[in-house]
Amino acid sequence: MPGRPAAQRIVVVGASLAGLWGAATLRKEGFDGVLTIIGDENDPPYDRPPLTKQVLTGWVAPDHTVLPHLEPLGDTRWLLGTPAAQLDRRAGEVVLADGTRVPYDLVLIATGVRNRPWPASDQAALSGVCGVRTREDAARLIDHLDAGVSRVVVIGAGFTGSEVASACRHRGIDVTVVEQAQAPLTGALGGVIGDVAANLHDANGVDLRCGVTVQALEGSGGTFRAAALSDGTTVDADVAVVALGGVRNTEWLADSGLASGPLGVAADAGCRAVAVNGLVTDDVFVAGDVARFAHPLFDYQFLTLEHWENAAVGAQVAARNMICAPEDRRPHACVPTFWSTQFGVNIKSVGVPSLADQIVVTQGSTEAGSFAAAYGDRDGRIVGAVTFDHGRWIDHYRGLIEQAAALPGPYDADLPDKREPARFPPHPAASYHGPTVVVTGHSPTAMDAVRQPAGRSAP
Amino acid sequence: MRVVVDLAVCQGYAQCAFLAPDAFRLNGTEGLMYQPNPSDDLCRAVLRAVAACPVQAIATDAAVPAPADAAVPAARAGDAR
Amino acid sequence: MTTSDTVKSAVSADLMRQVADAENRHDPYPIYARLREKRVNLLADGSYALGRYADVVGLLHDPRVSSDPHHASNPGSRLLVDNGPFIQRDPPDHDRLRSIATRYFGPPVSPGVVSGQEPEILSFVSDLIDALPASGEADLVDHLAYPLPVSVICGLLGVPKSDEEQFRAWTEDIVRGLDAEQQQGADDLIRQRQQAQVAMFGYVTELVQRHRAQPDGSMLSRLANDHAGQQMTDGELGATSLLLLIAGHETTVNLTANGVLTLLRNPWALDRLRADPDWVIPLVEELLRFEPPVQYLPNRVALADIDVDGTTIPKGASIVLLVAAANRDPDRFAHPDRFDPDRGDIEHVGFGSGIHYCFGAPLARIEAQASLTAFAGRLASPRLAADPPPYRPSPVLRGPLHLRVTYDKRG
Repeated sequence: MPGRPAAQRIVVVGASLAGLWGAATLRKEGFDGVLTIIGDENDPPYDRPPLTKQVLTGWVAPDHTVLPHLEPLGDTRWLLGTPAAQLDRRAGEVVLADGTRVPYDLVLIATGVRNRPWPASDQAALSGVCGVRTREDAARLIDHLDAGVSRVVVIGAGFTGSEVASACRHRGIDVTVVEQAQAPLTGALGGVIGDVAANLHDANGVDLRCGVTVQALEGSGGTFRAAALSDGTTVDADVAVVALGGVRNTEWLADSGLASGPLGVAADAGCRAVAVNGLVTDDVFVAGDVARFAHPLFDYQFLTLEHWENAAVGAQVAARNMICAPEDRRPHACVPTFWSTQFGVNIKSVGVPSLADQIVVTQGSTEAGSFAAAYGDRDGRIVGAVTFDHGRWIDHYRGLIEQAAALPGPYDADLPDKREPARFPPHPAASYHGPTVVVTGHSPTAMDAVRQPAGRSAP
Repeated sequence: MRVVVDLAVCQGYAQCAFLAPDAFRLNGTEGLMYQPNPSDDLCRAVLRAVAACPVQAIATDAAVPAPADAAVPAARAGDAR
Repeated sequence: MTTSDTVKSAVSADLMRQVADAENRHDPYPIYARLREKRVNLLADGSYALGRYADVVGLLHDPRVSSDPHHASNPGSRLLVDNGPFIQRDPPDHDRLRSIATRYFGPPVSPGVVSGQEPEILSFVSDLIDALPASGEADLVDHLAYPLPVSVICGLLGVPKSDEEQFRAWTEDIVRGLDAEQQQGADDLIRQRQQAQVAMFGYVTELVQRHRAQPDGSMLSRLANDHAGQQMTDGELGATSLLLLIAGHETTVNLTANGVLTLLRNPWALDRLRADPDWVIPLVEELLRFEPPVQYLPNRVALADIDVDGTTIPKGASIVLLVAAANRDPDRFAHPDRFDPDRGDIEHVGFGSGIHYCFGAPLARIEAQASLTAFAGRLASPRLAADPPPYRPSPVLRGPLHLRVTYDKRG
């Protein structure tokens, strides 16, 4: 900002992909001041996607997943192993759980998500109940698998759960997958594609139980033995993998005055954090899984995207915007892209399929498990696409989404021009009991918005 | 050495898996799996894979050290033949 | 169409003729630059040529663009055989045929086949250099760039090297007629190409039968005797074999020869390569950008009306994708006309892009890397006897016919 002194101290909170890419970008763009990176895990930044794939299948050791430094980070202070506990914006300090205060001129929030834990803590504590978010999680799960197991039960058939099931089958281990929805991947890709995913599970010998939930994890002697399902059946297994998605790490921001909560930390398209009162901050930036940013391509809806590429690109945009001249700032506007490899099939998606009402298969064959499909919103505009082993076509759909083009029909002559409901589950009801925001002030120009502590009724 | 593949960009051309099969593998016809931290004896093969990627999706912080006398003239011939 | 548009189209048509003109073979790049001025160029035969990077890449990934000449409203001479190889097919046939061929060539089923060729390639290159005169002059097309890929592809496919003279003649006729429409004496070229194609098809068909009778570990043998999973019909196998045999050496010879030529024109690069043999890795990539052995893809077809920048390429029209022009698009590459292996960003389309990405690319890379490293390392003070050298006839698969090089000493 003209007249404003250049930032001398930048703190990056979060030492995973977004934090590291953000730090590297700061150095690449010429920041030569004091750079501090704070992370709750002890490990240097590592890549998470391999954990459920080449690590779980046994080809790569869990600790062989360290991310490269694509730019020399120079003199960087690493504060690893202690999470951030508070953002004191008035003092301009990040406060760690051990009380350490780290002053900043600019801060990048990249604290990501953690595994959503199994709700009953005594059941979660049983030996054999695992998650797969961190390297430690993966190592623990592999130890169990290596010890020899009769069956693994995977709770949740999103991408993580499906990949875990795939890796187990690759290792020749029997798997039961329990999914609340009617098919796997339904939340991300809808029921039409979910049915294709269900066929993949079936074809690969997974015992897939959809439309049911796990009621309890049962154990004896502190060891997990079985999962009791809502349909009254019981699945005997030695390992339960909890793959119920993530919880965004925003609790430490509760008193920060930022618009943060279970949905993430709100940010503008340029990754600048938004305060409780809806004003954009100038010294706090957000990137990665925790960022809930206004996306220009999707009607400026606030989107949280738990994708590798969103973390990598968002962090670069945020870091650049932190130190460039305000008029040079750019939006984080790239079309979201996601991938998964499971059961030997490469799944890619672009755009935001879950915003769609309708879907049309455009190339290949869903029966053969090799196809492309496009998603359209209610106005008939393309908002997303998915491919199964058709990855070389995905850029075509990305181009259509970038141009806000009409939903295409089938490209293959032998495909029916069939647009059908994409069958996404209704968005989960606002079951969050987070704090609310109330408006104060007595004249239109003297109003403000403040956070109302949870449990108190509006004045 | 440390390697990361941007699998959002990867289109499964498999050039890496052809040229450095100990570090890159295909799972099915186009799903890529790789060693994020391959051993140093794979360095040359991995750098070959990095260069060959048709969509430049592979990044690494390892580089073949350039020889000391690698002089490159400021104005190169071949600009306009 | 307005009068001025018509005039511009006439210019475009003329530009593509200039690309095909043998007079310009040594340096078509200024003509490509003019073809890049317009995003879409309507040619005299009704086809459309595009040379900007974003457009070429976009159309290579566009499902409305077919590789099957049967879809062209005016296929001209492009329909050579009913049973085209996978480069002339669309999904799902393309995907099926290419995946069967890949089974014995690369990952996931045969991941080590190509990299496993490297020791043999290195030793063969070494033998080729050993066979050159100790000092004086040699033709590095005839004695390095050509014999290596022929030997490699013969070994890999299971084609007797002793038949080389025979299929070399056929290949020359086939390649020369690849884009006959744009050339002088098109009718003769087409007739020769068709005769050669029929003869060569008969040859590989017979070869396949021989492999059925006496199988060995070669690719053709394994394809011919494959009874697991999906199989090729005999016709498909013949077409595939023909493609692999021709493409397996016809492009690499040009890549290597263009490389030798480029190094001789850029002595600093030759010195650098001599000092740092691993520099050949980015060097070959830059070569694929700077002097791609396949200059353009003449045989794509619009399956629907395709709008590019306000111009409609009508359904059934042939599309010519100028990859050599795209590789030098200043909107994509900084200082595009400079040979610069250190540019870092070398996302070239020298091997195409999309589902038809060059099948043999990894093999071509290893061969070119081996040849160029040996050339730089073992011939002292090499000089070009004639610049530009004489070129082979095809404007599509472009490369020197001969490269007479004098040198002080063979190391």
